[in-house]
Amino acid sequence: MTAATARESVNIVIGGTGIEVISGDAGFLEMLHRQYADFVARDACPSIRLEIDVTAGPEAADAVDDDAELRVRREGNCWNLSRGDFEARYDPGIRRGVVRQSANRHSIDSVIRIIHTLTLANDCGFLLHSASAIRNGRAFLFAGRSGAGKTTLSRHVPPDACLLSDEVSYVRKSGAEFQAWGTPFTGELGTPGANRAAPIEALCFLRQAAENRLVAIGEPEALQLLLTNVLFFAHDAELVARVFDSAGEFVARTKAFRLEFTPGDRAWELVR
Amino acid sequence: MSDCYPKRAANLASRVLRGQAIVMNPVDSSLFSLNETATVIWEAADGRTSLREIVEREICPRFEIDPESALQDAEELVRSLAAASILSPAEESARE
Repeated sequence: MTAATARESVNIVIGGTGIEVISGDAGFLEMLHRQYADFVARDACPSIRLEIDVTAGPEAADAVDDDAELRVRREGNCWNLSRGDFEARYDPGIRRGVVRQSANRHSIDSVIRIIHTLTLANDCGFLLHSASAIRNGRAFLFAGRSGAGKTTLSRHVPPDACLLSDEVSYVRKSGAEFQAWGTPFTGELGTPGANRAAPIEALCFLRQAAENRLVAIGEPEALQLLLTNVLFFAHDAELVARVFDSAGEFVARTKAFRLEFTPGDRAWELVR
Repeated sequence: MSDCYPKRAANLASRVLRGQAIVMNPVDSSLFSLNETATVIWEAADGRTSLREIVEREICPRFEIDPESALQDAEELVRSLAAASILSPAEESARE
């Protein structure tokens, strides 16, 4: 492959699923190379292809309207995705899509997240609003809404642990157990996770407290809490039911805790 | 009400974990957590078995409660589940 050809597309592999982003805008592709650095694969074969029609100049690169409504709706065999800053159409049957957006890095990041949620829904997996890390060869998930402490905990990851994400974790069943994969989807920490994977040891729901404590929680409560933290954007009853089933299976196979913790690194003593 | 035939609403996603049903309406993602008694009724609500039969067969032996009290509680439960649109109390058995 020549250098000129390589700049026409970027293959972003997350959770083993490659999305080839194709564009004639070299600056946009260069931005993708930087944003998804460790998740860009030059040799892996992508399973999904997205053609990007970049519509505006770099002045719009970081602008996002937080009030813009996100819509993910099925129309025939395709998905229509739209928000104020992008419009996309994705055909899951042939795994091809077209995206019309500015050079905004947040726009393509959102499109990639949504497509992963659609793909995972059919593959016994989901994206989870959680930090995650590998320690002693096993993955730990730390779920919670904004302000729950994901970033705080991520800042204090000990040297013998590997941060998979401070914001969005990729979870999928692999064989008999669920695995967590690193993602480039960042929260306040702003640092992409490591591009690694490990079987999941435990799911912890975060709660900031006066002392560090790990409290086991039952499966029904775990499922309810888990579902409030699963990222899924499509208005589609069939897929929502599949995500529910995946979450139920996950809970039945995974230890769940409430991790009450104080700011600092002492909470990691409980996570081994 | 005691002679109604409760039936689970169609197209719901549900899972029973440790004797407790978690039910989701995938149309609006609304989530319901049923207690142990409600879960027993939910699981038995096939539209062919009357509420009275469910109480006598499933509730009374399991929870050691007298039939009349159990039936009253069950009727209240069915009303609340019906209000949440996750169960319907049909007046006739679906087997007819």
